[in-house]
Amino acid sequence: MRSRLSLVIVAAAFLAACGSSGGTAASSPSPTPLSGSISVFAAASLTASFNALGASFQTAHPGVTSKFNYAGSPTLVTQIEQGGPADVFASADTTNMDKLTTDGFTVGSSSVFAHNQLEIVVAPGNPKGITGLADLAKPGVIYITEAPTVPAGKYSLQALASAGVKVTPKSLETSVTGVISKIETGDADAGIVYTTDVSAAGSKVSGVQIPANNVIATYPIVVVKGTTNSVVANVFITYVLSASGQSTLQSFGFLAAS
Amino acid sequence: MRRERVPIVVLVLAAIGAAFFIVPLLGLIVRSPWRDAVTALTAPETVEALKLSLFASLSATAAGLVLGVPLAWLYARVEFPGRNLLRALTTLPMVLPPVVGGIALLLAFGRRGLVGSWLDSTFGITLPFTTAGVVMAETFVAMPFLILTVEAGLRSMDRRYEEAARTLGASRWRVFTRVTLPLIGPSLFAGAVLCWARALGEFGATITFAGNFPGVTQTMPLAVYLLLETNQEASYILSLVLLLVSLVVLVGLRDRWLGSA
Repeated sequence: MRSRLSLVIVAAAFLAACGSSGGTAASSPSPTPLSGSISVFAAASLTASFNALGASFQTAHPGVTSKFNYAGSPTLVTQIEQGGPADVFASADTTNMDKLTTDGFTVGSSSVFAHNQLEIVVAPGNPKGITGLADLAKPGVIYITEAPTVPAGKYSLQALASAGVKVTPKSLETSVTGVISKIETGDADAGIVYTTDVSAAGSKVSGVQIPANNVIATYPIVVVKGTTNSVVANVFITYVLSASGQSTLQSFGFLAAS
Repeated sequence: MRRERVPIVVLVLAAIGAAFFIVPLLGLIVRSPWRDAVTALTAPETVEALKLSLFASLSATAAGLVLGVPLAWLYARVEFPGRNLLRALTTLPMVLPPVVGGIALLLAFGRRGLVGSWLDSTFGITLPFTTAGVVMAETFVAMPFLILTVEAGLRSMDRRYEEAARTLGASRWRVFTRVTLPLIGPSLFAGAVLCWARALGEFGATITFAGNFPGVTQTMPLAVYLLLETNQEASYILSLVLLLVSLVVLVGLRDRWLGSA
């Protein structure tokens, strides 16, 4: 309903701008300019990169408005299943994507558009001298991570298990940003987040790479069933997968889709 | 009592207003899987969160009584410069977004905070990620309700009993504990219950200041929020429990708050 209304408004504005030529646009052989608006529900870890993607997508298609709703992937799945007005869903893991697909809320199958990996986040300059996963269990190190329901939290458990490190976190934050902010305020010494989060936080934190036992996160994207603008939704996904979209994502620290 | 003729517009808007509150409650009640209620309520994580919530909210109420009653007494009885400003500052959390309260607590009592860094270096005490941190966050958000309720009680009580006790030779402390406190008993009780209910429902300040770990800092509202992402039915049931508690509190205090007296 929402997107239909705005589609009508945008279409009306478009027709008014085109004047008499508007009536012939549909039958003209050149591709019809895209119009309408889409809302993209994207994992919180995509915030910076998808904002940039959205801006360049809009430059490429001036008739299109794209809006973004960022939250943890499970939260987004809940929102969509409760009728959240999503046209596109970009998840930070396959589990939440599979859930949405199994529950019948997607159109077709999803495409993987990026990978991410884990990194240890510490205070600037790494005052506790953390060099790897094993150091998280050192006495005197306050380690926090995300709750296992959040993809990053699930991956951090996998990484620690495969490295054979036993450590009890002091807190299971509900999002990656919760972990980063407690490192920034100095209340925790180390946490596990995505590489992209460390680079997004800039100089306020430092990162320690995890060369062995790292977990590669897979980011799938899909058109949501009930979309009011499946044309634009599909074009957006194609754009994310295009060379230009991929290079934008990689500039934020993501790994290539394939 | 004469029946007032109500303008139709007022009636319609009032009905919409009432529905706005009632429909969400109905949603919760209708959509809750009652069959699974026992399973959800006896799950180990739930019991753990319930226990922690009870302990922390009761501790916060106790802290509120010990620290809040003296403040309320000062506000009601002593004229001093800056009294209104101080009252505003100590009741600010009532209108402050709880997350902001949590950030403020972190910057004051966190490991690098104004007071927290001193606590850490001198005593080795760190408050974030501890149950003590939960109690602090809950006290911060809930105590203002107690302060204001008790102050109102002190202002409306008959002071002649205190004066009589004084002329009979009772010390100030004795008057306070034997005359004043019993006389404001109902306000004290209402303030404590309100404070407790607010503490029980605290979410934002707790997760920001104390974090989230089962059995240590994961209270009921935090558990509800996390369950919403994994086990929605269980989170509905827990929401209902919190709703029921709030309802009992409101009904129990109706004389005081709904003015039926």
